[in-house]
Amino acid sequence: MALHSEKKNGQARVMVTIDGNEAAAFVAHKLNEVIAIYPITPSSNMGEWADEWSAQGRKNLWGTVPMVVEMQSEGGAAGAVHGALQTGALSTTFTASQGLLLMIPNMFKIAGELTSTVFHIAARTVASHALSIFGDHGDVMAARSTGWGMLSSASVQEVMDFALISQASTLESRVPFLHFFDGFRTSHEVMKIEQLSDDVMKAMIDDDLVIAHRQRGLSPERPVMRGSAQNPDVFFQARETSNPFYDACPGIVQKAMDKFASLTGRQYKLFEYVGAPDAERVLIMMGSGIETAQDTLDYLNARGEKIGMIKVRLYRPFSAESFIKALPSSAKTIAILDRTKEPGASGEPLYQDVVTSIMESVMNETSPFKKLPKIVGGRYGLSSKEFTPAMVKGILDEMKKESPKNHFTVGIYDDVTNTSLDFDPTFTIEADDVVRAIFYGLGADGTVGANKNSIKIIGEDTENWAQGYFVYDSKKSGSTTTSHLRFGPRQIHAPYLIDRANFVACHQWFFIEKYDVLKPAVQGSTFLLNSIYGPDTVWDQLPRHVQKQLIDKKMKFYVIDGYKVAQQSGMGGRVNTIMQTCFFAISGVLPKDEAIAAIKSSIKKTYGKKGESVVKKNFEAVDQTLANLFEVPIPAAVSSVIEMPPVVSERATAFVKNVTARIIAGDGDMLPVSAFPVDGTFPVGSAQWEKRNIALEIPVWESELCIQCNKCALVCPHAAIRVKVYDQAGLQDAPSTFKSMPYKGTEYKGMSYTVQVAPEDCTGCELCVEVCPAKSKSEVKVKAINMKPQQPLRELERANFDFFLNLPEVDRRTVNVESVKGSQFMQPLFEFSGACSGCGETPYVKLVSQLFGDRTIVANATGCSSIYGGNLPTTPWTKNGDGRGPAWSNSLFEDNAEFGLGMRLTVDKQTEMARELVVQLASDIGDSLVKDLLEADQSDETGIYEQRVRVRELKQKLELVRNPLVKQLLSLADNLVKRSVWIMGGDGWAYDIGYGGLDHVLASGRNVNILVLDTEVYSNTGGQMSKSTPRGAIAKFAAAGKPTQKKDLALMAMTYGNVYVARVAMGANDAQTVRAFLEAEAYDGPSLIIAYSHCIAHGINMAKGMTNQKLAVDTGYWPLFRFNPMLESDGKHPFKLDSKAPKLRLKEFTSLEVRFNMLEKSYPERAKELAELAQEDVRIRWEIYESLSRPRNGVEKKSEPATAQ
Amino acid sequence: MDLSTQYLGLKLKNPMVPSASPLSHSVDSMKRLEDAGAAAVVMYSLFEEQIEHEAEAFDHYFAHGAQSHAEAVDYFPEASEYNLGPDQYLGLLRQAKEALGIPVIGSLNGVSTGGWVEYAAKMQQAGADAIELNVYYIPAQVKITGQEVEDRYINILHEVKSAVTIPVAVKLSPYFSSLAHFAQRLDYAGADGLVLFNRFYQPDLDIEHLEVTPNVVLSTSEAIRLPLRWIAILRGQVRTSLAATSGVHTAVDVLKLLMAGADVTMMCSALLKHGPQRISEVLQELDRWMLEHEYVSVAQMKGSMSQNAVADPSAFERANYMKALNRYR
Repeated sequence: MALHSEKKNGQARVMVTIDGNEAAAFVAHKLNEVIAIYPITPSSNMGEWADEWSAQGRKNLWGTVPMVVEMQSEGGAAGAVHGALQTGALSTTFTASQGLLLMIPNMFKIAGELTSTVFHIAARTVASHALSIFGDHGDVMAARSTGWGMLSSASVQEVMDFALISQASTLESRVPFLHFFDGFRTSHEVMKIEQLSDDVMKAMIDDDLVIAHRQRGLSPERPVMRGSAQNPDVFFQARETSNPFYDACPGIVQKAMDKFASLTGRQYKLFEYVGAPDAERVLIMMGSGIETAQDTLDYLNARGEKIGMIKVRLYRPFSAESFIKALPSSAKTIAILDRTKEPGASGEPLYQDVVTSIMESVMNETSPFKKLPKIVGGRYGLSSKEFTPAMVKGILDEMKKESPKNHFTVGIYDDVTNTSLDFDPTFTIEADDVVRAIFYGLGADGTVGANKNSIKIIGEDTENWAQGYFVYDSKKSGSTTTSHLRFGPRQIHAPYLIDRANFVACHQWFFIEKYDVLKPAVQGSTFLLNSIYGPDTVWDQLPRHVQKQLIDKKMKFYVIDGYKVAQQSGMGGRVNTIMQTCFFAISGVLPKDEAIAAIKSSIKKTYGKKGESVVKKNFEAVDQTLANLFEVPIPAAVSSVIEMPPVVSERATAFVKNVTARIIAGDGDMLPVSAFPVDGTFPVGSAQWEKRNIALEIPVWESELCIQCNKCALVCPHAAIRVKVYDQAGLQDAPSTFKSMPYKGTEYKGMSYTVQVAPEDCTGCELCVEVCPAKSKSEVKVKAINMKPQQPLRELERANFDFFLNLPEVDRRTVNVESVKGSQFMQPLFEFSGACSGCGETPYVKLVSQLFGDRTIVANATGCSSIYGGNLPTTPWTKNGDGRGPAWSNSLFEDNAEFGLGMRLTVDKQTEMARELVVQLASDIGDSLVKDLLEADQSDETGIYEQRVRVRELKQKLELVRNPLVKQLLSLADNLVKRSVWIMGGDGWAYDIGYGGLDHVLASGRNVNILVLDTEVYSNTGGQMSKSTPRGAIAKFAAAGKPTQKKDLALMAMTYGNVYVARVAMGANDAQTVRAFLEAEAYDGPSLIIAYSHCIAHGINMAKGMTNQKLAVDTGYWPLFRFNPMLESDGKHPFKLDSKAPKLRLKEFTSLEVRFNMLEKSYPERAKELAELAQEDVRIRWEIYESLSRPRNGVEKKSEPATAQ
Repeated sequence: MDLSTQYLGLKLKNPMVPSASPLSHSVDSMKRLEDAGAAAVVMYSLFEEQIEHEAEAFDHYFAHGAQSHAEAVDYFPEASEYNLGPDQYLGLLRQAKEALGIPVIGSLNGVSTGGWVEYAAKMQQAGADAIELNVYYIPAQVKITGQEVEDRYINILHEVKSAVTIPVAVKLSPYFSSLAHFAQRLDYAGADGLVLFNRFYQPDLDIEHLEVTPNVVLSTSEAIRLPLRWIAILRGQVRTSLAATSGVHTAVDVLKLLMAGADVTMMCSALLKHGPQRISEVLQELDRWMLEHEYVSVAQMKGSMSQNAVADPSAFERANYMKALNRYR
């Protein structure tokens, strides 16, 4: 954190450029002793900061390093904090959304016990019809009945300030506080703010109150009991004892605010009135939206309007008295804006509180009004929906009406219940002297990181105020990032995206072909393009819409071949530093030499500790940049004929074209309410329409070398390389470049075989090339699959892939499913997900979809798999030609096993009901069909096929039967075909937050299949430690390396005896993986598969993910086994160890992964110690498994053959 | 018995010096070498590759996938500082100097001039008594001439010498057109010692998986023949110290090399095979043999059978080959 000091009122002020999460964590870490954490977006970073700082030995205000502990869930964190508070520690936690909801039971207790604490909340949407990681007040409003104080921050500066004010207030009032701010908009907005000094904090925090808090803690020296159970005779009275504390609380908070003002010059009020003293229209709101509203009303008041606003700071305890005092008597119309929705309520929470307070003031005659104003409420900004000055203006215009709309919405178009207000989207208040810059980049090119550095440079090296906000798409591979930077001479109050940019930079050429990047550019603005074409040739390569806007908007245009400079300076694909240098050179925010010096100093700060060579490489990129930056003269006329291609194919469904395609194109904001399903139900199979073309190189099949093992198809994370066997006759209309060869092998003798790549869906990860075992006999570097540039192949292979898709799928009855090869002839019903390139999880998910997809229901825990599986715009889950495929749902993070069990219970019950009805209707159906239906052997594909035929026959027969039961049976008959329930999720779910439920479901004995995609960290939220994280690995929340060993979930599950358990790693033994999936599904009871999934969060070369898996097994780090209770009942040994004794030292595996070798760099001594213990863990684990596999009394070991690799 | 010798201007208690190997990866194992009687220790090599690229690779994988997704803006916590490979090396060197009484020689391994050479100075600052410069270079490009290869060595030596004041030895491969001439060039360029010879990892082929699998095969005593010849030839022709390495397993090997003219004999494979105590066994045997053969000091024996000192100098040259051939016939 670099600092910039300036003098004001004789006080040294420290200015920092940080985001809201860091601001909150900074104060929380200073003012607490015990911090319990758990990851949840967008609050995770607060816990990460706290953990990092404690790992680095940073001390709190009292000179001790706060103890930071990660818990298994937010419920656990709240419990731990409760215990810490009860024993007198200053304790806190950070959370959001569902996490806060899990804390509510403890929060009631903590408040009931009048315990001083502050929880910091990055307020986020609560999942309803869909999950959303973005910001609104749904979560904090769900907690408003807990008895906690609620203090709302509207900006990054306020986050830091209110974190302190709330801590001071809770210590004095004994009312616990939720300090909340808008998730993402404030938690992730980078702003230049003043950092609070230790002196200010010391002055605000009364040590006597801290000691009083400590003294209230439980101690055997002065024993008390707290937490009694009370009966109807006394509970009620006892509950009322806390009233005086709540009555006093607002006064205490105001006192703290006043003291804070005397120390810092920043004065806050419980209800802060701003605007015209004689305002006729008054807004009431809280959260970041008040910044937008204030700027807008200042703008309008300066133009003669009379508008005011009450900024609600302290929402609970709600001081009606202070609120009424803040209201101007001139108000004629009041609009209360809530950033939440309570369906079915008489109004949203703040609206209700305001209406009640005003009505009470009328009743007790303290109302300032001669005539009661019109009062309306409305909703805005759900899930970080933009809230702009134009929308504020729309509300204010509505308030002018005789009968303004009540219970309105703003920012959307509600064409169903017509709640939405109209507004003029062209209305703007952005001042000309504020530089507004938009940068389009790829996640991988480092654009966001460079822009974060730019803001710090501008914020800390110039007198300018600066703001940065970053938008990511929801894909984990090839994701697009948009950086929004503002800087100017005044403090910036604009918590909304830039839609009028005076600088637009496009860091990747292909964006101009896909998006309208110049749409936000204003007249006379500047466009910087990363282009392989120089100033003389670039114009002719531009699409028409780009040329037109450059001319029409009289723009300045610069190009740089950032790719070339990056290559020359050894930066690879990272153009970040280069484009950043261009931005400084063109924008002129600093003189050129100063800018370059500042960039270099920032590079030194960012990379210095990672090694001199990284710094030098970046320096070289900076030095080479300016010579390659050119201004391009703009011709007078548009000449291009290049148009933007359609977003999706003409063949897509109407829903995809009308809804999905608009979301893909970035126009989701424009979709009306009526466009959406009412209950969150979406059609499957949409990912196929989103052609992302993100691979620079794609695999190319060399049929003459191919041994037809199908391993390439198995490991492909995106189902982008596929295999088929088909009748040669099918090749009649094949494109000329379509490759085919005779099938090798007896099962499909005489048929043809093809390996085909989906060129536009492949992400270029190279896993298929890595596993391909076939090498040329004359030149071994040539395999049966080799990577080649995508661009020249795109059109040809697109046609080939289309042709391939139209070749008939194999008859599932003919497939030898028990082999890797056979499994891959089955159609994947999970394709083209947004998972990371080279993802280690998705090949397992895809395998489930191939083996059982046409009869599977999936319960998916929240995490990576629910995001790449279910994040709009598209879903990779799809269906086959018969219209069958996996039916998928995500409930929560913590309840997925239970969720899946519920699905199983339905299947079991409905199957039972169907069978009962079949028996009851036997005379109509016919005995033979009844017998066949009820006794069908559905243990293989043939059995399932035949049962489907029977069910079809049953339905046909039932159509002719007149019996009231027929309708019932028709609605249940499909359950007569065996269904497979798969419960999927990551280790964060299975080992931690969902473990209690998972354990219970395992114990239930029900036929569910649980697939744990074990990446050994919370991958989706950025790699936080779970109980699956191995000893000695670094992870978020384990910045000093995890000291304890990984929990052996497999071993624990085996102790039940009736649970099928397998530990698999596809890269080490794919045959064992396929076998385990089949056995798990076949087992009529609970099954647990723990699948080693290499992950981007391991810091590895993702192209070698399968090699890492193999090493994990060869070193004994990840032994493979299957425990099949069915074998025991057959008198065979149930435990089969599928891997050999460790043949390599653990180091051979761990040295390949940053998560392990980083510890050697940050804490070498500790790393050595933990590495030795980890090696010992391997030995002990192997001994345990080895002993389990030994022949037991009466059980022979011979039974089960090993699965050969 | 006076086993002492001079190497790189350092007075050593005996000629036994463990060469760069994994045995110097920790202070403990270096201490065990000292306890077994080692007169000095050459630490494992700090590679140019490590200095230049480790940091870049670390940064690459550390940042891979970062700033791409709203929920996972990055994947690793930042530490306040990183102890990269070179830092670890220097730290270990510093600790070794504190814990050991014998000289510690740092080993720097690279093929080009550049920023990495600064680490020679850092080794000196960390307390190294001398530096062994290991130019590990396979000139595989057809355009590179023998002259250019030699110049490369000389340039690197110049850079390192100008960066430090402690002695610098150069570890060589045997593959030079005119090794004696080149040894002299190194001598003139300021080398304080020559270490003969480097044993390269040699490629092997895995014919099952069709992969090239470079590995190192531990030496046997047979391997001393090559350094023995060249030390015998160079003793007296160059002013530098001479260290023999490759194939030193027994006291007999040591005796032969000393007689040929080595100032020290460096051991690696034997130590990896038998452990540090091998040094004390060899020293005892050396002492016994010298006593038995009435030698009083290593100094007396050193170079006693160098090319200049033997009756038939041509025995070290080509004729020897012919003679061997004749005898075979």
